[in-house]
Parts: sequence; C-alpha cells; structure tokens
Amino acid sequence: MSALYKGIFKRDIALAFRQRSELAQPLMFLLMVITLFPLGIGPGPVILQKIGPGVIWIAAILSSLLAMDRMFRDDFWDGSLEQYMLSGQPLWAVTAVKVAVHWLVSFIPLAVFSPLLALFLNLTMEMYVALMLSLLLGTPLLSLVGAIAVGLTVGLQRGGVLLALLLIPVFIPLLIFATSAVDSAALQLPYRAQLAIIGAMLLVAMATAPLAIAYALRVSQN
Amino acid sequence: MAGLKADNLTCIKRDRVLFSKLSFLLAPGTLLHLRGPNGAGKTSLLRILTGLSSAQSGTIYIDDEPFHDARERFYQQLIYIGHKAGVNGALTALENLKFWCAQHNSVFEVDRSFAILAKLGLVGLEDVPVRMLSAGQQRRVALARLWLKQATYWILDEPFTALDVGGINILEQHMKIHVSNGGAIMTTSHQPLTDAAGPFTELYLEYNI
Repeated sequence: MSALYKGIFKRDIALAFRQRSELAQPLMFLLMVITLFPLGIGPGPVILQKIGPGVIWIAAILSSLLAMDRMFRDDFWDGSLEQYMLSGQPLWAVTAVKVAVHWLVSFIPLAVFSPLLALFLNLTMEMYVALMLSLLLGTPLLSLVGAIAVGLTVGLQRGGVLLALLLIPVFIPLLIFATSAVDSAALQLPYRAQLAIIGAMLLVAMATAPLAIAYALRVSQN
Repeated sequence: MAGLKADNLTCIKRDRVLFSKLSFLLAPGTLLHLRGPNGAGKTSLLRILTGLSSAQSGTIYIDDEPFHDARERFYQQLIYIGHKAGVNGALTALENLKFWCAQHNSVFEVDRSFAILAKLGLVGLEDVPVRMLSAGQQRRVALARLWLKQATYWILDEPFTALDVGGINILEQHMKIHVSNGGAIMTTSHQPLTDAAGPFTELYLEYNI
C-alpha cells in the first residue's frame, strides 16, 4: 500500500505539477470551446440555457480525449511501465492509482472553473448543481474507460485520432444521461434516476476497468 | 537446483524462429554473458526471463518452482534494466531513484543515494531534470538502481550502451562483487567483458533465418 502511495501516487502528482502546461492545455481548450458558443450562436439567454449542459459535456469529453494519452504514454516510451510490471506490485492496482491521479489533476481545475462556464451559458443554480454532480460521477468514468483505450493504443506512434474514434461512441450513453439530468434540473424535476445510472456505470467501471487496463498494457508490452 | 532455470524455451517472432529448445541455468554466484548478432533474440530472451513477454513454449523455473507461482518472490529479488532505461526525463535523478525504490519496496536513504550518484560521476547533477543530462549520464542514473536494491538476480540488457570507459569499469567491478556475494547476473553486450568483471560463462545465440 505504501509502495503504491509513495511510488506511484506521489510520483504522478509531482510529475503533474512539473508539467503544468500539459495540464493547462486541455482546460484552456475546454474554456475556449465553451466561449465560442455564445459568440457563434448569439447571446440569447434562452438558447444558451437550452444548449448549455450539452455544450459543457461535449467540451469536457473532447478535452479529456486531448489529455488522455498522457496517462501511460511517457511511462511506455521511457520504460517506466516495464519497471512497474517488475516491481512486485499488482499492475491493476498501479493502473488504478494512476487513473485516480489523472482524474484528480484534471477534474479539480475543471471544478474550479465551472462557475464561470455556468455564467457563460446562463445556467440556473439548479442546473449548475446537477451539472456538477453529473461531472463528479461522470468524469472518473471517462478516465477509467479512456485508460483502457489508452492502454491498447499506447504502443502506436500516432494513436491520438484512433483513441478518439474508439472512445467517442463509448461515451454516448454517459452524455445522454448526464445532459438529461441537467435538463430535468432546468424543469425543476427530480434527476436522481439519471445520476443513479451514471453512478452504476461508474461502479462497474471501477470494478472492472483496472483489470482491463492492466491486460491492455500487457498486450501492448508483448 | 537453486537459480533461474530455462527449460526448452522457444521464441517465434514474425514467423521466424529466434531460438528453439533453449535450456540453461542461471545459478547464484554466476555471471552469464549472452552474446549473439543483432536480431538473434537476446532482448526477447531477457524479456521472456523477466516475464514481460511470454515464450511460445517452454517453462521457466525459479528455485525449481514454476515461474507463475514464484513470480512475486522473484520480482523482489530482481533488477531488470532494459533498452529503455525507465527513467523519467522531467524528474530529477534523485526523484527517479526515490520513486523507483518506493515502488520496489526497498529502503531509500538520501545520503546513500547521493554517495551512489557521486560514485557514478553525477556530483552536482542530482537535482537536475534527467532529460538535461547526456545519454551516458542518463544510463548511469538507471544503473544506480544496482546499488540501491538488494536483489539476487540482475538481468541487464546492453547495460554498457552510451557508457564511457570509466563507467564500464565501475559497472564491471560492481558486477564482480555482486557475483562473489552470491548474486546471479545475466547480461548482454556487444563488446567483450574485461577482466574487471571477473569469471563468467558465455551463452551464444545464433542468428536463425
């Protein structure tokens, strides 16, 4: 346990702070995409409120795809991954910690900026709360499922577009339920059911994804 | 028999048989020098021995126990340094070693690490991001692990790459001490080992078409 905490968790946090620009880029991308909508569609508050949740979620998915491959890319190419595999720690646990760090360093900045996004798109307080809850449950799901695809494509030279093609269809159910939760909040309806479904998907992913990621990485290594 | 035993290993890559029915024993207290031309399968053999990839057929035994039963115990006693050094360029030499030690459950002492890096000629470079160092210096950071972790088995893939004459000498002397203390080393290199490395046996892989 201490090996995972001191060897992987602290290492990845230290690396994230060392490579701050790589962290900032996807976030800036997200902010800019969302800023473009009021400019492109016009500042009508009704329309913006209607499309807001979908815009934020689509931008979050696209920006997470940009940052996704840094989870294992460097470790694969510099040989650190081989060292993890030979460290005696179970690889699924190592990958689970790495995904958790990746989620932390990408979600916390997003959460900090989210009130600004809500303001851009004229979201009401209820919609904002629902949006944050859906992001809180949905973004770890993005990281977990995305990591499987990263594990499979990490050995390829130009895996970026392939990664997007593999993942975007998989994220469709998440997008449907997340935006539906925020839409319900806009109409003052309960949205617990949608969140429960996202939560259930997250639990399944938490239970199975680390094993799948570990297997995918072994396949890439062979 | 104690040691790492390969029994009838066969490796096929892209329809080419790299080696077939290869058997040998890497016993404690021996240095096995794996030689052969480019493409003969040296790296493939070393990766199979560490369990990073699997052979088409054949078994590996650790102290007479099949590999997958002894895997965890074996990894506690193994240092593998491959083609890719496993050193992160954005972290400093000291951080790289610290995190590596934590992953491998071995004790990390700052003073000792400074001494080891100094012995490897990296004085004053301990807190520089590793990507700023030269290729040979990066290789030395990776090799510092051989001083940090207590392990019986060393599996080294071209450890002398990019090292200068002094660096090769330090490493060979360290290999000799390790073998005389009952360690087992399997290494590849294209240049012959010098006397500083102590007695060794040679395993030659032919290039098969």
